[in-house]
Amino acid sequence: MKLKATWFDTIIVVIICLISLLVILPFLYIIAVSFSPPGDSMAGNFFIWPKHWTLDAYSYLLNANTFLTSVKNSVIITVMGTVLSLFVSITLAYALSKKFLPGRRVMLLVIFFTMIFHGGMIPNYLVVKNLGLIDSYWAVVLPAASSAFNIMVIRSFFQSLPESLDEAARIDGAGEFRILYSIVLPLSKPIIATFTLFFMVQFWNEFFSAVIYLNDTTRWPIQPLLRQMVAISASNISAEAAVDASLAANLGPNVQNAAILLAMLPIVMVYPFLQKYFAKGAMLGSIKE
Amino acid sequence: MQRALRPKRFHQLWPFYLLAAPGILYFLTFHYIPMTGLILAFKEYSPFKGMMDSPWVGLDNFRQFFGTSDFYMLLKNTLLISLLNLIIYFPFTIFLSLLLNEVRLKVFKRVSQTIVYLPHFLSWVVIYGITISFFGPSGVINHYLGQWFDGSANFLVSNEWFRPLVIFQSIWKDAGWGTIIFLAALAGINPEQYEAAKVDGASRLQSIWHITLPGIKGTIVILLLLRLGSSMDSNFMQIFLMTNSLNLDVSNVFDLFVYHVGLEQFNYSFAITVGMFKSVASLILVLGANYAAKLLGEEGIF
Repeated sequence: MKLKATWFDTIIVVIICLISLLVILPFLYIIAVSFSPPGDSMAGNFFIWPKHWTLDAYSYLLNANTFLTSVKNSVIITVMGTVLSLFVSITLAYALSKKFLPGRRVMLLVIFFTMIFHGGMIPNYLVVKNLGLIDSYWAVVLPAASSAFNIMVIRSFFQSLPESLDEAARIDGAGEFRILYSIVLPLSKPIIATFTLFFMVQFWNEFFSAVIYLNDTTRWPIQPLLRQMVAISASNISAEAAVDASLAANLGPNVQNAAILLAMLPIVMVYPFLQKYFAKGAMLGSIKE
Repeated sequence: MQRALRPKRFHQLWPFYLLAAPGILYFLTFHYIPMTGLILAFKEYSPFKGMMDSPWVGLDNFRQFFGTSDFYMLLKNTLLISLLNLIIYFPFTIFLSLLLNEVRLKVFKRVSQTIVYLPHFLSWVVIYGITISFFGPSGVINHYLGQWFDGSANFLVSNEWFRPLVIFQSIWKDAGWGTIIFLAALAGINPEQYEAAKVDGASRLQSIWHITLPGIKGTIVILLLLRLGSSMDSNFMQIFLMTNSLNLDVSNVFDLFVYHVGLEQFNYSFAITVGMFKSVASLILVLGANYAAKLLGEEGIF
Protein backbone atom coordinates (compact mmCIF):
# COMPACT_ATOMS: atom_id res chain seq x y z
CA MET A 1 0.00 0.00 0.00
CA LYS A 2 1.40 3.36 -0.92
CA LEU A 3 1.14 6.31 1.43
CA LYS A 4 -0.87 8.93 -0.36
CA ALA A 5 -1.49 12.15 1.49
CA THR A 6 -5.15 13.12 1.58
CA TRP A 7 -6.70 16.38 2.76
CA PHE A 8 -7.24 14.60 6.06
CA ASP A 9 -3.52 13.99 6.51
CA THR A 10 -2.77 17.56 5.58
CA ILE A 11 -5.12 18.97 8.20
CA ILE A 12 -3.63 16.71 10.88
CA VAL A 13 -0.08 17.69 10.02
CA VAL A 14 -1.02 21.37 10.02
CA ILE A 15 -2.71 21.17 13.44
CA ILE A 16 0.21 19.26 14.96
CA CYS A 17 2.64 21.78 13.48
CA LEU A 18 0.68 24.62 15.07
CA ILE A 19 0.66 22.89 18.45
CA SER A 20 4.40 22.15 18.23
CA LEU A 21 5.03 25.76 17.28
CA LEU A 22 3.09 26.88 20.35
CA VAL A 23 5.41 24.74 22.47
CA ILE A 24 8.61 25.95 20.81
CA LEU A 25 7.90 29.68 20.47
CA PRO A 26 8.24 30.48 24.17
CA PHE A 27 11.68 28.87 24.20
CA LEU A 28 12.81 30.87 21.20
CA TYR A 29 11.50 34.06 22.76
CA ILE A 30 13.25 33.36 26.09
CA ILE A 31 16.53 32.72 24.24
CA ALA A 32 16.14 35.85 22.15
CA VAL A 33 15.46 38.09 25.16
CA SER A 34 18.38 36.63 27.08
CA PHE A 35 20.76 37.62 24.27
CA SER A 36 19.32 41.10 23.76
CA PRO A 37 20.16 44.32 25.58
CA PRO A 38 17.32 45.17 28.05
CA GLY A 39 16.31 48.24 26.04
CA ASP A 40 15.55 46.19 22.95
CA SER A 41 13.25 43.67 24.57
CA MET A 42 11.42 46.29 26.61
CA ALA A 43 10.78 48.26 23.45
CA GLY A 44 9.57 44.98 21.96
CA ASN A 45 11.04 45.53 18.54
CA PHE A 46 11.86 41.90 17.88
CA PHE A 47 10.30 38.60 18.67
CA ILE A 48 12.51 35.56 18.15
CA TRP A 49 15.58 37.01 16.54
CA PRO A 50 17.56 39.58 18.57
CA LYS A 51 18.42 42.82 16.78
CA HIS A 52 21.58 43.34 18.75
CA TRP A 53 23.35 40.40 20.32
CA THR A 54 24.91 40.66 23.73
CA LEU A 55 26.25 38.22 26.28
CA ASP A 56 25.85 40.71 29.13
CA ALA A 57 23.14 38.70 30.88
CA TYR A 58 25.21 35.53 30.92
CA SER A 59 28.44 37.15 31.95
CA TYR A 60 26.56 38.96 34.71
CA LEU A 61 24.94 35.76 36.02
CA LEU A 62 28.13 33.76 35.82
CA ASN A 63 29.82 36.39 37.95
CA ALA A 64 27.00 36.80 40.48
CA ASN A 65 27.84 34.97 43.70
CA THR A 66 24.23 34.40 44.72
CA PHE A 67 23.47 32.73 41.44
CA LEU A 68 26.60 30.57 41.41
CA THR A 69 25.96 29.47 44.99
CA SER A 70 22.45 28.37 44.05
CA VAL A 71 23.79 26.37 41.12
CA LYS A 72 26.29 24.72 43.44
CA ASN A 73 23.51 23.93 45.93
CA SER A 74 21.36 22.48 43.17
CA VAL A 75 24.19 20.25 42.01
CA ILE A 76 24.82 19.01 45.57
CA ILE A 77 21.12 18.36 46.16
CA THR A 78 20.72 16.63 42.80
CA VAL A 79 23.71 14.34 43.34
CA MET A 80 22.79 13.51 46.95
CA GLY A 81 19.15 13.00 46.09
CA THR A 82 19.75 10.85 43.04
CA VAL A 83 22.24 8.55 44.77
CA LEU A 84 20.05 8.20 47.86
CA SER A 85 16.86 7.65 45.87
CA LEU A 86 18.47 5.01 43.70
CA PHE A 87 19.86 3.20 46.72
CA VAL A 88 16.65 3.23 48.77
CA SER A 89 14.36 2.41 45.84
CA ILE A 90 16.45 -0.35 44.28
CA THR A 91 17.20 -2.21 47.52
CA LEU A 92 13.59 -2.14 48.71
CA ALA A 93 12.14 -2.97 45.30
CA TYR A 94 14.58 -5.86 44.93
CA ALA A 95 13.67 -7.36 48.30
CA LEU A 96 9.97 -6.98 47.51
CA SER A 97 10.38 -8.68 44.14
CA LYS A 98 11.18 -11.96 45.92
CA LYS A 99 7.97 -13.92 46.19
CA PHE A 100 9.43 -16.27 48.81
CA LEU A 101 10.11 -13.47 51.30
CA PRO A 102 7.84 -13.82 54.35
CA GLY A 103 6.15 -10.52 55.26
CA ARG A 104 6.29 -9.28 51.68
CA ARG A 105 2.53 -8.66 51.45
CA VAL A 106 2.49 -6.58 54.62
CA MET A 107 5.40 -4.46 53.42
CA LEU A 108 3.73 -3.95 50.04
CA LEU A 109 0.51 -2.88 51.74
CA VAL A 110 2.38 -0.45 54.00
CA ILE A 111 3.97 1.14 50.95
CA PHE A 112 0.88 1.11 48.78
CA PHE A 113 -1.23 2.82 51.43
CA THR A 114 1.00 5.91 51.23
CA MET A 115 -0.25 6.37 47.68
CA ILE A 116 -3.79 7.07 48.81
CA PHE A 117 -3.36 8.63 52.23
CA HIS A 118 -0.79 10.96 53.75
CA GLY A 119 -0.35 13.21 56.75
CA GLY A 120 0.00 16.35 54.68
CA MET A 121 2.25 19.37 54.58
CA ILE A 122 2.34 20.42 58.24
CA PRO A 123 2.89 16.98 59.80
CA ASN A 124 5.71 16.43 57.26
CA TYR A 125 7.18 19.76 58.20
CA LEU A 126 7.04 18.92 61.92
CA VAL A 127 8.84 15.60 61.33
CA VAL A 128 11.62 17.26 59.35
CA LYS A 129 11.88 19.95 62.01
CA ASN A 130 11.96 17.48 64.90
CA LEU A 131 14.68 15.50 63.18
CA GLY A 132 16.75 18.68 63.24
CA LEU A 133 17.05 18.81 59.47
CA ILE A 134 15.96 22.42 58.95
CA ASP A 135 18.58 24.36 56.95
CA SER A 136 20.42 21.24 55.85
CA TYR A 137 20.40 19.71 52.37
CA TRP A 138 19.00 16.54 53.95
CA ALA A 139 15.68 18.32 54.54
CA VAL A 140 15.23 18.57 50.78
CA VAL A 141 16.68 15.17 49.96
CA LEU A 142 15.44 12.74 52.62
CA PRO A 143 11.65 13.29 52.54
CA ALA A 144 11.69 12.83 48.75
CA ALA A 145 13.93 9.74 48.77
CA SER A 146 11.36 7.51 47.12
CA SER A 147 7.69 6.94 46.47
CA ALA A 148 5.31 4.02 46.30
CA PHE A 149 5.07 4.50 42.55
CA ASN A 150 8.85 4.22 42.05
CA ILE A 151 9.00 1.09 44.18
CA MET A 152 6.16 -0.55 42.24
CA VAL A 153 7.67 0.16 38.82
CA ILE A 154 11.20 -0.95 39.74
CA ARG A 155 9.84 -4.03 41.49
CA SER A 156 7.88 -5.10 38.45
CA PHE A 157 11.05 -4.83 36.39
CA PHE A 158 12.98 -7.07 38.80
CA GLN A 159 10.12 -9.56 38.72
CA SER A 160 10.41 -9.79 34.96
CA LEU A 161 13.98 -11.13 35.27
CA PRO A 162 14.16 -14.93 35.16
CA GLU A 163 14.32 -16.47 38.61
CA SER A 164 16.50 -19.33 37.45
CA LEU A 165 19.31 -16.81 37.12
CA ASP A 166 19.68 -16.24 40.86
CA GLU A 167 19.05 -19.90 41.52
CA ALA A 168 21.98 -20.85 39.35
CA ALA A 169 24.16 -18.28 41.08
CA ARG A 170 23.07 -19.59 44.47
CA ILE A 171 24.07 -23.11 43.50
CA ASP A 172 27.45 -21.75 42.53
CA GLY A 173 27.69 -20.40 46.04
CA ALA A 174 27.17 -16.69 45.43
CA GLY A 175 25.83 -14.65 48.37
CA GLU A 176 22.64 -12.58 47.94
CA PHE A 177 24.47 -9.25 47.83
CA ARG A 178 26.84 -10.65 45.27
CA ILE A 179 23.90 -11.81 43.15
CA LEU A 180 22.30 -8.38 43.30
CA TYR A 181 25.51 -6.56 42.57
CA SER A 182 27.08 -8.69 39.86
CA ILE A 183 24.08 -10.28 38.17
CA VAL A 184 20.85 -8.37 38.73
CA LEU A 185 22.14 -4.79 38.53
CA PRO A 186 24.03 -5.22 35.24
CA LEU A 187 20.87 -6.71 33.75
CA SER A 188 18.82 -3.79 35.05
CA LYS A 189 20.62 -1.02 33.19
CA PRO A 190 17.51 0.22 31.33
CA ILE A 191 15.45 0.70 34.48
CA ILE A 192 18.38 2.16 36.42
CA ALA A 193 19.10 4.62 33.61
CA THR A 194 15.44 5.63 33.47
CA PHE A 195 15.20 6.27 37.18
CA THR A 196 18.59 7.96 37.43
CA LEU A 197 17.33 10.50 34.93
CA PHE A 198 13.90 10.79 36.58
CA PHE A 199 15.50 11.40 39.99
CA MET A 200 17.94 13.92 38.54
CA VAL A 201 15.09 15.86 36.96
CA GLN A 202 13.07 15.66 40.17
CA PHE A 203 15.83 17.01 42.42
CA TRP A 204 17.01 19.65 39.97
CA ASN A 205 13.43 20.94 39.78
CA GLU A 206 12.92 20.82 43.55
CA PHE A 207 11.49 24.09 44.71
CA PHE A 208 8.95 24.03 47.49
CA SER A 209 10.83 21.98 50.08
CA ALA A 210 13.72 24.42 49.72
CA VAL A 211 11.34 27.31 50.39
CA ILE A 212 9.92 25.76 53.55
CA TYR A 213 12.92 23.88 54.94
CA LEU A 214 15.81 26.20 54.09
CA ASN A 215 15.56 29.50 55.95
CA ASP A 216 19.21 30.08 55.23
CA THR A 217 19.01 31.38 51.66
CA THR A 218 22.70 30.68 51.02
CA ARG A 219 21.61 27.04 50.92
CA TRP A 220 18.93 27.70 48.32
CA PRO A 221 19.07 25.74 45.09
CA ILE A 222 18.39 27.45 41.79
CA GLN A 223 14.59 27.09 41.56
CA PRO A 224 13.55 29.25 44.55
CA LEU A 225 16.15 31.84 43.58
CA LEU A 226 14.83 31.88 40.03
CA ARG A 227 11.33 32.38 41.35
CA GLN A 228 12.41 35.48 43.27
CA MET A 229 14.33 36.80 40.30
CA VAL A 230 11.41 36.56 37.90
CA ALA A 231 8.69 37.45 40.39
CA ILE A 232 10.16 40.90 40.96
CA SER A 233 8.75 42.01 37.64
CA ALA A 234 5.36 40.60 38.55
CA SER A 235 5.40 42.81 41.66
CA ASN A 236 3.92 40.19 43.94
CA ILE A 237 6.98 39.33 45.93
CA SER A 238 6.91 42.32 48.29
CA ALA A 239 5.76 40.30 51.27
CA GLU A 240 8.85 38.14 51.18
CA ALA A 241 12.48 38.74 51.77
CA ALA A 242 13.93 39.84 48.46
CA VAL A 243 16.97 38.24 46.97
CA ASP A 244 20.36 39.66 47.56
CA ALA A 245 20.03 43.40 46.85
CA SER A 246 22.89 43.64 44.37
CA LEU A 247 21.35 40.87 42.30
CA ALA A 248 17.93 42.52 42.37
CA ALA A 249 19.30 45.91 41.34
CA ASN A 250 20.65 44.52 38.09
CA LEU A 251 17.66 42.49 37.00
CA GLY A 252 16.67 43.32 33.47
CA PRO A 253 14.52 41.10 31.29
CA ASN A 254 17.69 39.74 29.72
CA VAL A 255 19.08 38.60 33.07
CA GLN A 256 15.75 37.11 34.11
CA ASN A 257 15.36 35.15 30.91
CA ALA A 258 18.98 34.03 30.94
CA ALA A 259 18.34 32.69 34.45
CA ILE A 260 15.24 30.82 33.24
CA LEU A 261 17.30 29.31 30.46
CA LEU A 262 20.17 28.29 32.73
CA ALA A 263 17.71 26.73 35.19
CA MET A 264 16.27 24.50 32.48
CA LEU A 265 19.56 23.83 30.69
CA PRO A 266 20.49 20.59 32.52
CA ILE A 267 17.00 19.24 31.84
CA VAL A 268 17.19 20.07 28.16
CA MET A 269 20.59 18.40 28.09
CA VAL A 270 19.49 15.11 29.69
CA TYR A 271 16.19 15.10 27.81
CA PRO A 272 17.47 13.32 24.66
CA PHE A 273 18.83 10.49 26.83
CA LEU A 274 15.71 10.46 28.95
CA GLN A 275 13.42 10.29 25.96
CA LYS A 276 14.86 7.03 24.75
CA TYR A 277 13.70 5.30 27.90
CA PHE A 278 10.69 7.02 29.35
CA ALA A 279 8.01 5.80 27.00
CA LYS A 280 8.95 2.27 27.99
CA GLY A 281 9.20 3.25 31.64
CA ALA A 282 5.80 4.93 31.62
CA MET A 283 4.21 1.87 30.09
CA LEU A 284 5.90 -0.43 32.55
CA GLY A 285 4.14 1.50 35.29
CA SER A 286 0.76 0.67 33.87
CA ILE A 287 1.41 -3.07 33.85
CA LYS A 288 -0.25 -4.82 36.72
CA GLU A 289 0.65 -8.08 38.30
CA MET B 1 18.03 -29.33 46.83
CA GLN B 2 14.99 -27.09 46.83
CA ARG B 3 16.25 -25.40 49.97
CA ALA B 4 19.46 -24.40 48.30
CA LEU B 5 17.54 -22.75 45.46
CA ARG B 6 15.04 -20.66 47.39
CA PRO B 7 16.03 -19.16 50.70
CA LYS B 8 13.57 -20.26 53.37
CA ARG B 9 15.26 -20.00 56.73
CA PHE B 10 16.13 -16.81 58.49
CA HIS B 11 19.87 -17.24 58.05
CA GLN B 12 19.22 -17.28 54.31
CA LEU B 13 16.59 -14.55 54.36
CA TRP B 14 18.26 -11.84 56.42
CA PRO B 15 20.07 -10.31 53.40
CA PHE B 16 16.68 -9.49 51.90
CA TYR B 17 15.41 -7.92 55.11
CA LEU B 18 18.61 -5.95 55.35
CA LEU B 19 18.07 -4.70 51.79
CA ALA B 20 14.46 -3.77 52.55
CA ALA B 21 15.36 -2.01 55.81
CA PRO B 22 16.45 1.45 54.53
CA GLY B 23 13.36 1.71 52.32
CA ILE B 24 10.96 0.56 55.02
CA LEU B 25 12.62 2.93 57.47
CA TYR B 26 12.14 5.72 54.95
CA PHE B 27 8.43 5.00 54.53
CA LEU B 28 7.87 4.75 58.27
CA THR B 29 9.77 7.96 59.01
CA PHE B 30 8.54 10.21 56.24
CA HIS B 31 5.09 8.78 55.55
CA TYR B 32 3.80 7.08 58.70
CA ILE B 33 5.22 9.23 61.49
CA PRO B 34 3.63 12.31 59.84
CA MET B 35 0.29 10.51 60.02
CA THR B 36 0.59 10.49 63.81
CA GLY B 37 0.82 14.28 63.58
CA LEU B 38 -2.82 14.26 62.55
CA ILE B 39 -3.86 13.91 66.20
CA LEU B 40 -2.93 17.59 66.53
CA ALA B 41 -6.12 18.29 64.61
CA PHE B 42 -7.93 17.33 67.80
CA LYS B 43 -5.63 19.31 70.07
CA GLU B 44 -4.67 22.91 70.64
CA TYR B 45 -0.97 22.69 69.88
CA SER B 46 1.32 24.57 72.17
CA PRO B 47 5.00 24.48 71.26
CA PHE B 48 5.93 24.64 74.97
CA LYS B 49 3.94 21.59 75.91
CA GLY B 50 4.76 19.56 72.81
CA MET B 51 2.58 17.26 70.76
CA MET B 52 1.75 14.82 73.55
CA ASP B 53 0.89 17.24 76.34
CA SER B 54 -1.02 19.84 74.39
CA PRO B 55 -4.65 19.92 75.57
CA TRP B 56 -7.38 18.04 73.71
CA VAL B 57 -10.08 20.18 72.14
CA GLY B 58 -12.14 17.47 70.45
CA LEU B 59 -13.74 18.60 67.22
CA ASP B 60 -13.41 22.33 67.93
CA ASN B 61 -10.93 22.88 65.11
CA PHE B 62 -13.23 21.15 62.62
CA ARG B 63 -16.26 23.14 63.83
CA GLN B 64 -14.30 26.34 63.47
CA PHE B 65 -13.17 25.37 59.95
CA PHE B 66 -16.58 24.33 58.64
CA GLY B 67 -18.14 27.39 60.28
CA THR B 68 -16.13 29.94 58.30
CA SER B 69 -16.82 31.24 54.83
CA ASP B 70 -13.21 30.25 54.05
CA PHE B 71 -14.30 26.64 53.83
CA TYR B 72 -16.76 27.27 51.01
CA MET B 73 -14.35 29.52 49.16
CA LEU B 74 -11.58 26.92 49.34
CA LEU B 75 -13.90 24.10 48.31
CA LYS B 76 -15.23 26.12 45.39
CA ASN B 77 -11.81 27.24 44.16
CA THR B 78 -10.28 23.77 44.49
CA LEU B 79 -13.12 21.96 42.77
CA LEU B 80 -13.49 24.58 40.04
CA ILE B 81 -9.85 24.26 38.97
CA SER B 82 -10.21 20.46 38.93
CA LEU B 83 -13.45 20.70 36.98
CA LEU B 84 -11.96 23.06 34.39
CA ASN B 85 -8.99 20.73 33.99
CA LEU B 86 -11.41 17.88 33.53
CA ILE B 87 -13.44 19.54 30.80
CA ILE B 88 -10.64 21.36 28.96
CA TYR B 89 -7.25 19.78 29.67
CA PHE B 90 -8.41 16.16 29.68
CA PRO B 91 -10.31 16.17 26.33
CA PHE B 92 -7.47 18.13 24.78
CA THR B 93 -5.05 15.35 25.72
CA ILE B 94 -7.32 12.78 24.06
CA PHE B 95 -7.64 15.02 21.00
CA LEU B 96 -3.86 15.34 20.74
CA SER B 97 -3.43 11.57 21.12
CA LEU B 98 -5.90 10.94 18.30
CA LEU B 99 -4.08 13.45 16.11
CA LEU B 100 -0.68 11.88 16.75
CA ASN B 101 -2.15 8.45 16.18
CA GLU B 102 -3.40 9.46 12.74
CA VAL B 103 0.01 10.67 11.58
CA ARG B 104 1.30 8.23 9.00
CA LEU B 105 4.72 9.74 8.50
CA LYS B 106 6.81 8.10 11.27
CA VAL B 107 9.57 10.71 11.31
CA PHE B 108 7.11 13.56 11.66
CA LYS B 109 5.34 11.73 14.45
CA ARG B 110 8.55 11.12 16.39
CA VAL B 111 9.73 14.71 16.04
CA SER B 112 6.41 16.20 17.14
CA GLN B 113 6.21 13.82 20.10
CA THR B 114 9.69 14.86 21.19
CA ILE B 115 8.59 18.48 21.08
CA VAL B 116 5.31 18.16 22.94
CA TYR B 117 6.74 15.94 25.70
CA LEU B 118 9.52 18.35 26.59
CA PRO B 119 7.67 20.92 28.77
CA HIS B 120 6.65 18.14 31.16
CA PHE B 121 10.22 17.96 32.43
CA LEU B 122 10.57 21.65 33.20
CA SER B 123 10.00 22.83 36.73
CA TRP B 124 6.91 24.85 37.58
CA VAL B 125 9.23 27.75 38.40
CA VAL B 126 10.53 27.74 34.84
CA ILE B 127 6.96 27.58 33.52
CA TYR B 128 6.10 30.46 35.82
CA GLY B 129 9.09 32.41 34.53
CA ILE B 130 8.02 31.85 30.94
CA THR B 131 4.47 32.89 31.87
CA ILE B 132 5.78 36.15 33.31
CA SER B 133 7.84 36.81 30.20
CA PHE B 134 4.67 36.53 28.15
CA PHE B 135 1.84 37.67 30.40
CA GLY B 136 3.68 39.88 32.91
CA PRO B 137 3.18 43.66 33.09
CA SER B 138 6.10 44.20 30.71
CA GLY B 139 5.62 40.91 28.90
CA VAL B 140 5.39 40.44 25.19
CA ILE B 141 1.58 40.10 25.13
CA ASN B 142 1.04 43.35 26.96
CA HIS B 143 3.51 44.97 24.65
CA TYR B 144 1.50 44.03 21.58
CA LEU B 145 -1.79 44.80 23.29
CA GLY B 146 -0.41 48.25 23.85
CA GLN B 147 0.91 48.60 20.35
CA TRP B 148 -2.08 47.26 18.44
CA PHE B 149 -5.06 47.86 20.70
CA ASP B 150 -3.85 50.67 22.87
CA GLY B 151 -4.48 48.75 26.04
CA SER B 152 -3.02 46.30 28.51
CA ALA B 153 -4.25 43.63 30.88
CA ASN B 154 -3.07 42.70 34.34
CA PHE B 155 -3.08 38.98 33.64
CA LEU B 156 -1.11 37.94 36.70
CA VAL B 157 -2.84 40.07 39.28
CA SER B 158 -6.48 39.73 38.35
CA ASN B 159 -9.24 37.37 39.35
CA GLU B 160 -10.56 36.93 35.81
CA TRP B 161 -7.33 35.71 34.26
CA PHE B 162 -6.16 33.37 36.98
CA ARG B 163 -8.14 30.28 35.96
CA PRO B 164 -7.62 30.58 32.18
CA LEU B 165 -3.88 31.02 32.73
CA VAL B 166 -3.63 28.06 35.08
CA ILE B 167 -5.50 25.78 32.68
CA PHE B 168 -3.41 27.01 29.78
CA GLN B 169 -0.22 26.30 31.73
CA SER B 170 -1.42 22.78 32.53
CA ILE B 171 -2.12 22.09 28.89
CA TRP B 172 1.17 23.56 27.74
CA LYS B 173 3.19 21.63 30.30
CA ASP B 174 1.46 18.27 30.46
CA ALA B 175 -0.96 17.59 27.59
CA GLY B 176 1.81 16.18 25.41
CA TRP B 177 3.08 13.94 28.16
CA GLY B 178 -0.47 12.81 28.90
CA THR B 179 -0.76 11.36 25.39
CA ILE B 180 1.75 8.59 26.19
CA ILE B 181 -0.74 6.42 27.97
CA PHE B 182 -3.40 6.90 25.28
CA LEU B 183 -0.91 6.18 22.52
CA ALA B 184 0.02 2.96 24.31
CA ALA B 185 -3.66 2.00 24.42
CA LEU B 186 -4.11 2.97 20.77
CA ALA B 187 -1.17 0.79 19.77
CA GLY B 188 -3.06 -2.14 21.23
CA ILE B 189 -6.00 -1.87 18.84
CA ASN B 190 -6.08 -4.66 16.28
CA PRO B 191 -5.21 -3.20 12.83
CA GLU B 192 -7.53 -5.72 11.17
CA GLN B 193 -10.46 -3.72 12.45
CA TYR B 194 -9.31 -0.74 10.41
CA GLU B 195 -8.82 -2.90 7.33
CA ALA B 196 -12.34 -4.28 7.71
CA ALA B 197 -13.80 -0.79 8.15
CA LYS B 198 -11.95 0.38 5.05
CA VAL B 199 -13.36 -2.48 3.03
CA ASP B 200 -16.81 -1.49 4.26
CA GLY B 201 -16.16 1.99 2.94
CA ALA B 202 -15.67 3.85 6.23
CA SER B 203 -13.95 7.24 6.10
CA ARG B 204 -11.03 8.08 8.41
CA LEU B 205 -13.33 10.09 10.66
CA GLN B 206 -15.80 7.22 10.81
CA SER B 207 -13.12 4.73 11.81
CA ILE B 208 -11.90 7.11 14.53
CA TRP B 209 -15.43 7.30 15.87
CA HIS B 210 -16.32 3.62 15.60
CA ILE B 211 -12.98 1.87 16.20
CA THR B 212 -10.35 4.17 17.74
CA LEU B 213 -12.47 5.82 20.43
CA PRO B 214 -14.19 2.61 21.59
CA GLY B 215 -10.73 1.02 21.59
CA ILE B 216 -9.44 3.42 24.25
CA LYS B 217 -12.69 3.72 26.18
CA GLY B 218 -11.30 1.69 29.08
CA THR B 219 -8.23 3.91 29.40
CA ILE B 220 -10.36 7.06 29.21
CA VAL B 221 -12.68 5.84 31.96
CA ILE B 222 -9.82 4.85 34.27
CA LEU B 223 -7.96 8.13 33.82
CA LEU B 224 -11.17 10.12 34.19
CA LEU B 225 -11.95 8.37 37.46
CA LEU B 226 -8.37 8.83 38.69
CA ARG B 227 -8.76 12.54 38.01
CA LEU B 228 -12.09 12.65 39.81
CA GLY B 229 -10.43 10.84 42.70
CA SER B 230 -7.80 13.54 42.94
CA SER B 231 -10.12 16.54 42.58
CA MET B 232 -9.21 17.78 46.06
CA ASP B 233 -5.57 18.10 45.01
CA SER B 234 -4.91 21.13 42.96
CA ASN B 235 -1.50 21.26 41.42
CA PHE B 236 -0.06 22.97 44.45
CA MET B 237 3.30 24.02 43.04
CA GLN B 238 1.60 25.68 40.10
CA ILE B 239 -1.02 27.46 42.22
CA PHE B 240 1.54 28.48 44.82
CA LEU B 241 3.59 30.25 42.16
CA MET B 242 0.67 31.85 40.34
CA THR B 243 -1.06 33.19 43.42
CA ASN B 244 -0.73 36.68 44.87
CA SER B 245 -2.68 38.94 47.18
CA LEU B 246 -4.71 40.33 44.28
CA ASN B 247 -6.09 37.06 42.94
CA LEU B 248 -6.49 35.27 46.25
CA ASP B 249 -10.29 35.18 45.91
CA VAL B 250 -9.99 32.63 43.12
CA SER B 251 -6.54 31.14 43.71
CA ASN B 252 -6.83 30.13 47.35
CA VAL B 253 -7.08 26.34 47.48
CA PHE B 254 -6.83 23.93 50.43
CA ASP B 255 -3.08 23.34 50.17
CA LEU B 256 -2.34 27.03 49.89
CA PHE B 257 -4.52 27.78 52.90
CA VAL B 258 -2.68 25.09 54.88
CA TYR B 259 0.62 26.70 53.92
CA HIS B 260 -0.47 30.18 54.98
CA VAL B 261 -2.10 29.12 58.24
CA GLY B 262 0.55 26.57 59.20
CA LEU B 263 3.88 27.80 57.98
CA GLU B 264 3.28 31.55 57.93
CA GLN B 265 0.97 32.00 60.92
CA PHE B 266 2.30 28.96 62.83
CA ASN B 267 -1.20 27.82 63.71
CA TYR B 268 -0.25 24.16 63.37
CA SER B 269 -3.41 22.62 64.81
CA PHE B 270 -5.77 24.49 62.55
CA ALA B 271 -3.61 23.91 59.46
CA ILE B 272 -3.44 20.20 60.25
CA THR B 273 -7.23 20.14 60.62
CA VAL B 274 -7.64 21.58 57.13
CA GLY B 275 -4.99 19.21 55.73
CA MET B 276 -6.67 16.25 57.38
CA PHE B 277 -10.05 17.18 55.95
CA LYS B 278 -8.42 17.23 52.54
CA SER B 279 -6.61 13.90 52.99
CA VAL B 280 -9.73 12.12 54.21
CA ALA B 281 -11.92 13.62 51.48
CA SER B 282 -9.32 12.53 48.89
CA LEU B 283 -9.21 9.02 50.30
CA ILE B 284 -13.00 8.76 50.04
CA LEU B 285 -12.94 10.11 46.48
CA VAL B 286 -10.21 7.69 45.38
CA LEU B 287 -11.99 4.69 46.88
CA GLY B 288 -15.27 5.90 45.39
CA ALA B 289 -13.68 6.32 41.95
CA ASN B 290 -12.23 2.83 42.13
CA TYR B 291 -15.60 1.41 43.13
CA ALA B 292 -17.26 3.28 40.26
CA ALA B 293 -14.67 1.90 37.81
CA LYS B 294 -15.52 -1.62 38.88
CA LEU B 295 -19.24 -0.94 38.60
CA LEU B 296 -18.63 0.14 35.01
CA GLY B 297 -16.99 -3.20 34.34
CA GLU B 298 -13.48 -1.76 34.16
CA GLU B 299 -10.55 -3.26 35.99
CA GLY B 300 -10.31 -0.58 38.64
CA ILE B 301 -7.19 1.10 39.90
CA PHE B 302 -6.50 -1.48 42.58
